[in-house]
Amino acid sequence: MIRVTKGMLLAATVLASAGMAHAADVQLTIESWRNDDLAIWKEKLIPAFEAKNPGIKLVFSPTAPTEYNASLNAKLDAGSAGDIITCRPFDASLELFNKKQIADLTSLSGMGNFSPVAKAAWSTDDGSKTFCVPMASVIHGFIYNKDAFEKLGISVPKTNDEFYAALYKIKKDGTYIPLAMGTKDLWEAATMGYQNIGPNYWKGEEGRAALISGKQKLTDPEWVKPYEELAKWKPYLGDGFEAQTYSDSQNLFTLGRAAIYPAGSWEISLFNTQAQFKMGAFPPPVPKAGDTGYISDHPDIGVGLNAKSAHQEEAKKFLTWVASPEFADIYANALPGFFSLNSTPVKMSDPLAQEFVSWRASFKPTVRSTYQILSRGKPNLENETWVESANVINGTDTPKVAAEKLQKGLDSWYKPAK
Amino acid sequence: MTDTPSIEAAPIKRHVRWHIAVFLAPAFIVYSAIMVLPLIETLRLSFYNLVDGVPTFVGFGNYQVMFGDQRWAHDFWNALRNNLIFFAIHMCVQNPIGIALAALLSTPKLRFVAFYRTAIFLPTLLSFVIVGFIWKLILSPIWGVAPWLLSLVGAKSLFAPWLGQSGPALIAVSLISNWQYIGIPMMLIYAALLSIPEEVIEAAECDGITGWSQFWKIKLPLILPAIGIISILTFVGNFNAFDLVYTIQGALAGPDMSTDILGTFLYRTFFGFQLQLGDRSMGATIATVMFLIILAGVSFYLFAIQRRMRRYQF
Repeated sequence: MIRVTKGMLLAATVLASAGMAHAADVQLTIESWRNDDLAIWKEKLIPAFEAKNPGIKLVFSPTAPTEYNASLNAKLDAGSAGDIITCRPFDASLELFNKKQIADLTSLSGMGNFSPVAKAAWSTDDGSKTFCVPMASVIHGFIYNKDAFEKLGISVPKTNDEFYAALYKIKKDGTYIPLAMGTKDLWEAATMGYQNIGPNYWKGEEGRAALISGKQKLTDPEWVKPYEELAKWKPYLGDGFEAQTYSDSQNLFTLGRAAIYPAGSWEISLFNTQAQFKMGAFPPPVPKAGDTGYISDHPDIGVGLNAKSAHQEEAKKFLTWVASPEFADIYANALPGFFSLNSTPVKMSDPLAQEFVSWRASFKPTVRSTYQILSRGKPNLENETWVESANVINGTDTPKVAAEKLQKGLDSWYKPAK
Repeated sequence: MTDTPSIEAAPIKRHVRWHIAVFLAPAFIVYSAIMVLPLIETLRLSFYNLVDGVPTFVGFGNYQVMFGDQRWAHDFWNALRNNLIFFAIHMCVQNPIGIALAALLSTPKLRFVAFYRTAIFLPTLLSFVIVGFIWKLILSPIWGVAPWLLSLVGAKSLFAPWLGQSGPALIAVSLISNWQYIGIPMMLIYAALLSIPEEVIEAAECDGITGWSQFWKIKLPLILPAIGIISILTFVGNFNAFDLVYTIQGALAGPDMSTDILGTFLYRTFFGFQLQLGDRSMGATIATVMFLIILAGVSFYLFAIQRRMRRYQF
């Protein structure tokens, strides 16, 4: 917190002095919701860019995450938004592009550094146009307490059977809560549960594409199976998990009271500062030994260009730099857990982050199934997935009923192109 | 009567009384700008919707969707039912206890009245964010004091993660709200009880009416108008409620929508949530329905109850 405040003060002084001292320089303002990253921009990214591009000054001006979308939309409508726009994935940014508020970047040099899956989050549905440079993604998996595993003599589970055997052993021993997850905040169950283990069953991009094209339904076994697995987690969750919040789960794990934490990689930096034990990570266990593994490697942050910016050329220069391996290297190392989407692999100094990213070599990446196209209507599939995932674990709904509800909601507005 | 000089016969020249308009203007302008206009704008918005990206007048189209579409109707009736339960719990728990506390406080022999009064009223002054957070912690199955206190008396088995269970969650949230706002009925009734003249009480005592029967036969009829006001305040407050549910259970009002009331339903629809984009027209439709529900309730009270209520003048 102090760091953030300090950074803000710094930014304010820099803003003031930049205006006076370098009146001739072009100043680019970056809109973002990542106020946690202020120090990183200030200390590492901005100096690195400005050193190479004299005449361009950068100002990083973040808003609170929950207010970002609303305030950005208002600023863009009023014409007062910054030159560089940090892009939310999928529909929120697509809407801005359709309103011609952010520019088409398909031909930006440096776009070739990204794979189509990485660009999917900021491309039109047909993939022909890209409007943001992919910056970072988050990977799902499980973080575990290495000390606990050693003490109980458990090896890292690779298959489902091994996973449940490990959970059973931890529960029987009784020192640790096997899984640190609650259903109170709903999204934990959906994001850390369903979207974490699901890709192994619906075969990642293959299943996601089939769902969008209407070839598969949420009631098909590929999509119900993850719910059946989630339902099996119930006995291994902590006492009163129904009222356990996200921060409760984080604390249970970092205090060393739980052995395994169904995670997103964004937890890494927090856990590194809080946990007093050694941590490791393993990818979602595959159903049977020898199966191809899939991981959710979900694009989370991109950067785009305000179509009304007065400094298009300078802004493009900056975006090209964001697309470069140099940026990827600084960014990914400064923020362990937010992985560069650049095709050039980045070597990371944080062992836990390195472990997460190493899965990219042998596992097939996919994005969260509900994010692209399928959450455009009402009822919103993502929100419904939150509710139903929690219901399945709580035992309010059976996996079959949950899947039927989701499909019925989707059917009510989504007509796949035939 | 003699003839008077005809000075008075001349028509009195009435000045235009500008000062009335001038003094009314600030209140009128401020009230119109921040209350009346937004209300009219909301009503207007509920008759419009986006058709091919252009705001178009759709008549009662939004209302047809709201009550005709199976999903919308399900969400709406679910929210309304929860809201009614929320209101019923306030009427059955908060207000009777508030009245009882006021009756206790007004007994002349009680000591430390000022302390009790302040202590009971204090939660009302707290921010709902603080109240929500405190109670989430108290009821937390992991760090909460509730399971610990129950275990002290050997009743740990009675504890359940109430806020996470679809049955008890709504009751738990309602009771938290009761805890917070119980000071309001207590204060209003307390003031009403204090304003009952001593003579009436003394006369009752002379007639041999004391204790409980004095409360039922003398005091209660005299504080009925205050109880009426409390009921209507509770009604309006409950059907506009949002904040406490939002801080305790989040915008999706979990688990399984079991704590979703009209306020949270409106919030989700109007502002959107996560990947769900805001829908201003449907949001305005819900806001209008809420307005009509409150209007109906208040009118019912005004015309059917308040007019028939007997008032006593001393």
